[in-house]
Amino acid sequence: MKIGVVTFPGSNCDYDCYKAAREVLEAETVYLWHGDHDLKGVDALFLPGGFSYGDYLRAGSIASLSPIMNEVRAFADAGGLVVGICNGFQILCEAGMLPGALIRNRSLKFSSKVVHLRVQQSVAPFTSAYEVGQVLRVPIAHGEGCYIAPDEELDLLEAEGGVIFRYCEADGRITEAANPNGSARNIAGIINSGRNVLGMMPHPERAVDELLGSVDGIGLFRSLAEHLVASPSSS
Amino acid sequence: MAYQVEIRVVPRQGILDPQGKAVEGALTNLGFAGVGEVHVGRLIRIDLDAASIEEAQERAHKMCRQLLANPVTEDYDVQVIEQAETAP
Repeated sequence: MKIGVVTFPGSNCDYDCYKAAREVLEAETVYLWHGDHDLKGVDALFLPGGFSYGDYLRAGSIASLSPIMNEVRAFADAGGLVVGICNGFQILCEAGMLPGALIRNRSLKFSSKVVHLRVQQSVAPFTSAYEVGQVLRVPIAHGEGCYIAPDEELDLLEAEGGVIFRYCEADGRITEAANPNGSARNIAGIINSGRNVLGMMPHPERAVDELLGSVDGIGLFRSLAEHLVASPSSS
Repeated sequence: MAYQVEIRVVPRQGILDPQGKAVEGALTNLGFAGVGEVHVGRLIRIDLDAASIEEAQERAHKMCRQLLANPVTEDYDVQVIEQAETAP
């Protein structure tokens, strides 16, 4: 199993992803450079958090046009697993690989804290290690995390089972008060219709060690690894 | 021909615009009467060399679709003006 982490200029969670993949999964993990056209034969890809290109224009917009995104798109089109976290989620939306967009938090404030997430589905390849309804404690750290899309698109997303995580209370109730950024329908993480591309604002890679205050992010990495072992990619 | 392209990008009608809301509140607090909805967008000015004004417009719209505006959240309009020849 080989995991790739893409570094864009301004990425700052690339090492967190790298370390989580390497230490939780004990997988060979490599950095991929935004300006290259080489995915180095990886089996899964992470687009990490950060402030690529200083969030200029719109968060993720410039990075979504990086040279390596051609390869990332082709990889995903061929069924490859892609996880975008925080800025990575914004990049995937800007690239049109996930529906919707992420705009300024309703509060207008950068929000950095631990939130609760309700697992909406326990499915391969990203959440099979969790149970439906399980509540995770995972940190967020973003200023532009308000997920929006036209209502028809949100309905379609829900109908297809595309909503994977929602912001919730500690007991799992989905409330407005538990929504840290104003996201439509408390959406915190979604997958595409091909079910191989995941985008989420919270940081599972920052919740993989007791020292970090939570180990609830480990399940995501385990799910992904389980899937790769069960159905290794042709690459 | 040298043209100057101005592109105005604004949050789409009906989409949550917390920045506009904050400015609206601040203007009201300053005592400005009659302030209704406020929206904050951006202005992008591009010096563009093109064969004709139509070509300049077409290229500007293409730029908006591919990069400068997000079709999910933003509306834009394009204005192209011919640059006056600068005196030597």
